[in-house]
Amino acid sequence: MAEENSIKVPSNAKKMTIICTKGSLDWAYPPFILATTAAAMDVDVTMFFTFYGLQLLKKDLKLKVTPLGNPAMSMPMGGMHMVMPNMVGMIPGVTDMASVMMKNLIKKKGVASIEELREAATLSDVRMIGCQMTLDLF
Amino acid sequence: MADEVLDAKGLNCPLPILKAKKALNGLDDGKVLEVLSTDPGSVADFEAFCRATGNELVEQDNDGEVYRFLIKRVA
Repeated sequence: MAEENSIKVPSNAKKMTIICTKGSLDWAYPPFILATTAAAMDVDVTMFFTFYGLQLLKKDLKLKVTPLGNPAMSMPMGGMHMVMPNMVGMIPGVTDMASVMMKNLIKKKGVASIEELREAATLSDVRMIGCQMTLDLF
Repeated sequence: MADEVLDAKGLNCPLPILKAKKALNGLDDGKVLEVLSTDPGSVADFEAFCRATGNELVEQDNDGEVYRFLIKRVA
């Protein structure tokens, strides 16, 4: 899982390491956006995936976002923004519905998918390391 | 004027920057890339991008809808 690239970077190059510990759709965006943008700006980037973040390295991503326990999550609905009460988030199927809605929104607004960002990261020589301890654990 | 044109219209942050970087990598030094974008954030993004990477932002304008950048690849 641990992939070692043999990229030569000057010793004075700027470096950045991002620890990715979460594997849900909303938590997947910040590390990948930061990593790809930094790499485009000639920063030598490493992403370290541990615990649930390890999910983000899977070949087929089925990432979800849940309104459960997330009072800040509001979704545009019928011309207004709606915050889903936690009770609603508990109902089976609501997580899937929220995930589909979020993905549709992402597509509609021209925001990259996680798959696209991950591919861009690979193409721009972002080093991705999977945590061996987590692999052994789960 | 430009040696290559990158159409990033409709794409959102950070895709215009990522695609521009990729396109610049495929150009020789001194060649100019024209980037078209509809993301208002790309104005600040391309200024910072050029400052950080040393590439030259030759020209930028905006016709109300589309932002246009001319970026010269510098070694």
